[in-house]
Amino acid sequence: MSGAHHSHDAAHHDAAHADHGSTKSYLIGFALSVVLTLASFGVVMSGAVPHDLMMPGIVVFGVAQLIVQLVFFLHMGTSPSQRGNLAIMLFTLLILAIVVIGSLWVLHNMNVNMMHPTSQMVPVE
Amino acid sequence: MFGKLTLEAIPYHEPIVMGTLAAVILGGLAMFALITRMRLWGYLWSEWFTSVDHKKIGVMYVIVALVMLMRGFADAVMMRLQQAMAASDSAGYLPPHHFDQVFTAHGVIMIFFVAMPLITGLMNLVVPLQIGARDVAYPFLNSLSFWLFVSGVVLVMVSLFIGDFAATGWLAYPPLSGLQYSPTVGVDYYIWALQLSGLGTTLSGINFIVTIMKMRTPGMTLMKMPVFTWTALVTNILIVAAFPILTVTLALLTADRYLDMHFFTNELGGNAMMYVNLIWIWGHPEVYILVLPCFGAFSEIVATFSKKPLFGYSSMVYATSAIGVLSFLVWLHHFFTMGSGANVNAFFGIMTMIISVPTGAKLFNWLFTMYRGRVEFTVPMLWTVGFMVTFVVGGVTGVLMAVPGADFVLHNSVFLIAHFHNVIIGGVVFGCLAAINYWFPKAFGFRLNERWGKASFWCWLIGFYVAFMPLYVLGLKGMTRRMNHYANPEWQPYLIVAAIGAVIIAMGIFFTVLQFYVSVRDRNKLTDPSGDPWGGRTLEWSIASPAPFYNFAILPQVRELDQFWEDKQNGVAYVQPAKYEDIHMPRNTGVGVVMGAFGTALGFALVWHIWWLAAVGLLGMIASFIVRAYDRDIDYWVPAAEVERIERSRHAQLQQFQTSQVAPAAAPSRQKVA
Repeated sequence: MSGAHHSHDAAHHDAAHADHGSTKSYLIGFALSVVLTLASFGVVMSGAVPHDLMMPGIVVFGVAQLIVQLVFFLHMGTSPSQRGNLAIMLFTLLILAIVVIGSLWVLHNMNVNMMHPTSQMVPVE
Repeated sequence: MFGKLTLEAIPYHEPIVMGTLAAVILGGLAMFALITRMRLWGYLWSEWFTSVDHKKIGVMYVIVALVMLMRGFADAVMMRLQQAMAASDSAGYLPPHHFDQVFTAHGVIMIFFVAMPLITGLMNLVVPLQIGARDVAYPFLNSLSFWLFVSGVVLVMVSLFIGDFAATGWLAYPPLSGLQYSPTVGVDYYIWALQLSGLGTTLSGINFIVTIMKMRTPGMTLMKMPVFTWTALVTNILIVAAFPILTVTLALLTADRYLDMHFFTNELGGNAMMYVNLIWIWGHPEVYILVLPCFGAFSEIVATFSKKPLFGYSSMVYATSAIGVLSFLVWLHHFFTMGSGANVNAFFGIMTMIISVPTGAKLFNWLFTMYRGRVEFTVPMLWTVGFMVTFVVGGVTGVLMAVPGADFVLHNSVFLIAHFHNVIIGGVVFGCLAAINYWFPKAFGFRLNERWGKASFWCWLIGFYVAFMPLYVLGLKGMTRRMNHYANPEWQPYLIVAAIGAVIIAMGIFFTVLQFYVSVRDRNKLTDPSGDPWGGRTLEWSIASPAPFYNFAILPQVRELDQFWEDKQNGVAYVQPAKYEDIHMPRNTGVGVVMGAFGTALGFALVWHIWWLAAVGLLGMIASFIVRAYDRDIDYWVPAAEVERIERSRHAQLQQFQTSQVAPAAAPSRQKVA
C-alpha cells in the first residue's frame, strides 16, 4: 500500500513513533495492572465486599485498568505527538457517555411512564 | 442442502415482479452480450474492478448509486401511483404485503444504496485530490469497502426475485421485524444487506480519517484544508462513531431471529423500545453523515462561481464540527410520542432547535459569499441555489416538528414524509448532482452538457415541490404514512397532484441520463484542456483533467487557503518543475472482488439458512484476506521518465490552450483566463 512513500512526505505531522516508554514506565504500568486485576478478583472472592458493591467495584477497577494501559502501554498523554490521539479518545468517551447515559435516561423514563405495573414491580400479595 | 430455499421462493404469481425479473434478465443478457462482443471484460477487470485508484473507485460508487436510484425511484412511482388510486372503494393495484415491501425497499435503497454511495463516491473522487495526496491511506481496503457495498446491493436486488424483502419500514422496528410477525426471509435480507454494506462503510470511514489526518500535502494544516475535505473529515468521524451502533443493534435483532434471544421482544424481559432508541442513536448522525459532504460541495461551488473566497471559512469549519457533536444529542426527536416524560422530550426538543443554528450560520455564509460576487449560473450553481431555497423550507418544518407538542400531531404523518424528503432531496440529492456536475471534468476530462443539466435541474426542482407540498397539507389533515388504502376521498386530489410531481421528477432523472449520453457523444466539444474549467480555487483544479493516475507529479506546497487560486494570481500556477522523481503507487488487486463475492454468498446463505454455504463464504473471506496479507507484491514505482513524459504532454496541451485563449479574448467566451 502507499503508506510507505507517504510516511516520509508527511513526516512533519507524524511524530507518533517518537513516543516510546521507558523500562520504568512499563514496569509501573505492569505493576498497576497486576494490582488492579488482583483487586477485581478480590472484590468477588474475598467475601469482604457487600454483594451490592461487587458489580460497581469490578467496573471501577476495570475502567481504571483501561486508563492505566492507555497511558503506560499506548502512551496516551498530553505530549504534542499524542494530542490527536488524546482528542479522539476524549471524543470517543463523550460519545460513549452520551449513548450509555442517554439510553439509560430515555429508557428509564419510558419504563416509568409507559410500563403498567406488573408482577416484577409490585410485590405479589 | 438448500436450507429454507425452495422453488416456491420465486414469486411466480406476482405479475409485476415477474415482469421486472424478465426485464432484468433480458437487460442483463443484452449487457453481457454487448460487453463480450466488444471484448470489454478484460478491460473492465484490469482497469476498473480490480483498481485501487481512489478516482475509479469513486466513479464506480457513483455509477452503482445512480443505477440504484432508478430502482429506488421505481419504488417511489409505484407508491405514488397506488396512493393516487386507492381511495375509498378502490383497492389500487398493489396488495398490502407488496406495498409494504415497496416502501421498505424504497427507504433502504435510497439511504443505504443511493445516498451513502453517492457521498462515499464523491469523497473518494475528491478528497485525495484536494489534499494533494496520491491515493487514500489504505487503497486495498478502499477496494474492499466498495465490493462489500456491492454485496449489499446484490442481496437487496436478489430479494426482489428470490423470496421477499422486509415489509417493516426502513428501520425494521421490532416486534414487527421479529420472527413472530415477520416469519419470512424479508427481514433477514434486510439485516445481511445492511451488515455487509455497513462493514464497507465503516472501513471506508477509517480509511478517510487516516487519509485526511496523515496524508495532507506539506504545509496544509487543518485550517488550510478545503471545506469539502473538512466536511468529509467530520462525516467520516461520524461514520466511525455511529455505524458500530447500527451493527450492534442489527446483530441483537439477528440474535432474536436466529438464536431465539429476546432482546427486543416483550417475553423474557426484552424491550422493543431499546431497539428504537439504539437505531436512532445511529440514525440521526446518519442524516448528518449524508448532508455534511453536500454542504462541503455547495461551499466549494458557491465560492468558485461567485469568484470570491468562501465567506467565513473558519465559521464554516466550526459549524461543521458543532453539527458533528450535536448530531449525537437529538435522536429522541424521532420518537417523542413513545412515552418519555416532559423533561426528556424538552431536552431533545431544545437540542434539535439548537442544531439548526450552525446550519443556519452556514446558509448565511453561502449567501454572503454570493453577495457582490460575480455569480455565474452554471448547472452546479443552479443546484446550489435550488438547494438553499428548498433546504430552508425543510429546515423550518423540521424545527416546527422539534416542538414535542406539535410532534404529537405530526408524528408519522405524511407531513414528516414531506419534511425529510424536503431536506434529503433538497440537501443530499441536489448536493450530489451539483457535485457530479462540478467534478465530472476532473474524473473524465470533459464537462457535462449544460442544456440538459439545466432541464434536469428545473424538472427536479419543480417536480419536488409538486410532489411534496401536497403531502404537507395532507399531513396536517391527518393522513399517516405508509397507507396502502385510505377511506377519505378528500385526500385523493392531493395524492394525484403528488403523483404528477413524481412524473416531473422522473423527467428530471431522464434528462440527467440524457445529459450523460449527450455529453459523452459531444465529449470533444466539451473537453477540458486546462484542467481548470470553472476557474477553481483548490488543488484538484491545478492538475490535468482527467487527473493522471498518480494525481500529483510533485506534491504541491501549501501556504494559503485556496493555494491554487493564489498561485494563479501570482502567475506561478503552471510552472514546470526542473526534475521529476519516481512515484510509489499501489498495485491493483482482485482480492476485494473475491472477498465481496464470498461476502455475497455468506449473506445469501445466512438469509436462507444454508449453513454449509455460509461456512464457505466466511472461510473464503478470511482465507482471501490471509492470502492478501502474505502478498508482498502490492506496490510499484512509476519511473521519473514516465512521469516526465506524461507531464510534458500535459504542459504542451496547456500551453496550446493558453495561446488559443489569448487570441480571441474579445469574443464573449465562457472560458476563463487562468
